[in-house]
Amino acid sequence: MKDNVIVCRCEDVTVGEIKKLVADGINTPEEIKRITRMSMGCCQGRTCGGILQQILSNLLNEPVDEIKLWEKRPPAKPVLMKALIGGDTDES
Amino acid sequence: MKAKANIVIIGGGIVGTSLAYHLACLGIKDIVVLEKDYLAAGSTGRCGAGVRQQWGLKMNCILAKESIAEFEKLSEMIPTDYDLEFKQKGYMMLAYDRNMANQYKKNVQLQRTLGIEVDYLSPLEAKAIVPHLNTEGMVGATFCGKDGHLNPFTTTLTYAIGAKRLGAEIYKGTEVLDMKLEKGKVSKVITNKGEIDTGLVINAAGPFSKNIAKMAGVDIPVYSERHQILVTQPIKQIQDPMVISLKHGFYCQQTPHGSFIMGFGDPNELKGTDTTSTWNFLEEMAEKVLPVLPPLKNLKVVRQWAGSYNMTPDAQPILGNSEDVENFYMAVGFSGHGFMIAPAVAKAISETIVGKKPTVDISMLRLKRFEAGNLIKEPSVV
Repeated sequence: MKDNVIVCRCEDVTVGEIKKLVADGINTPEEIKRITRMSMGCCQGRTCGGILQQILSNLLNEPVDEIKLWEKRPPAKPVLMKALIGGDTDES
Repeated sequence: MKAKANIVIIGGGIVGTSLAYHLACLGIKDIVVLEKDYLAAGSTGRCGAGVRQQWGLKMNCILAKESIAEFEKLSEMIPTDYDLEFKQKGYMMLAYDRNMANQYKKNVQLQRTLGIEVDYLSPLEAKAIVPHLNTEGMVGATFCGKDGHLNPFTTTLTYAIGAKRLGAEIYKGTEVLDMKLEKGKVSKVITNKGEIDTGLVINAAGPFSKNIAKMAGVDIPVYSERHQILVTQPIKQIQDPMVISLKHGFYCQQTPHGSFIMGFGDPNELKGTDTTSTWNFLEEMAEKVLPVLPPLKNLKVVRQWAGSYNMTPDAQPILGNSEDVENFYMAVGFSGHGFMIAPAVAKAISETIVGKKPTVDISMLRLKRFEAGNLIKEPSVV
């Protein structure tokens, strides 16, 4: 994959950035997330998680299933602040 | 892994990494940092990312002021490719009754004598800085424009890089399991990756500090307590300062990235190192913050998380030599404000260790203050 390919669309993280971090010893999804904001956007890593596992598997020469993905955090989908206090039920 | 080190630091958060950097700057060789997970995995990486100098206690003001002075030059001291996301757009602390206002006015007086540029504001003046602030019920506020935001991950990483450049070694995924003592001193640290003979140990283990101290035979009066945070989607910059209301118990800031980070202190929060999130938190947070900052109602919460405060009986850290075990030092019990004072603390402890007079006198934060009954009262804790 070319270095300028975007892996995380929410936060604009590229293959090149991941390669650089891995070279610096930052080589787990939890660490990469914290430095690049990867998976911290609206989709919460649903799109980029699997791609990151594949990239790390290649770079580190480890099986894909041994690349432990980041911890899933609530809420499951973005929620309006006003919906939390019952002030809005509009899902638009 | 090395079999021998001059100094072993336990904990790879902001405290452990800045200690390693400052000790290395003072010429100490063979420093090892042991981190059971990854850098900033504990309290540092879960904090609210705020740095403020507006404290009610002289020493806290000085520690925070010295730390912010270091953050201001950190990217020159340790150049890296990582952005510290340092935003000095202030902290605003809201006062809702006369007592609080009087305390804040006293704090401002103290802070100004220490050279901290802080002002007491009327509600109208506060609204000029945060236009979407609902000033209903407010009697005033304090504001310091040099307080602000700093990215905990890249800051910790920067100190780690700085320490490594000066020869320190940092081992991730390395958990301390036990220590061996000889003649009243720690002689060996035992980890899941092997054993290290050492001349000195510093406990910077954050939420896990009590257990680490126990391994050295030192009992410290700390416990960990869960605190929760939420973060929203990013929007254009609308809020310069961190807004704190001690009445509601919340803090809320917009990061340079555009997202809002907020949390509150729940007196009934879970004790221990559990960091699972609760749904209640989201509701209560929204109930507290929306009346004060109404336009945030249209933001979407994308994520929540939790971390641990390592609490002491007076909500002030325990710093320096344990005094019971000669070569066992502590930088623990930061009670929720460790990130913003870590550099000054690390510098002072490092200076003490090499026998220099510390830049900031931290002797009142010694462990023995609890035995002697010298508890310290800080009026401005969230």
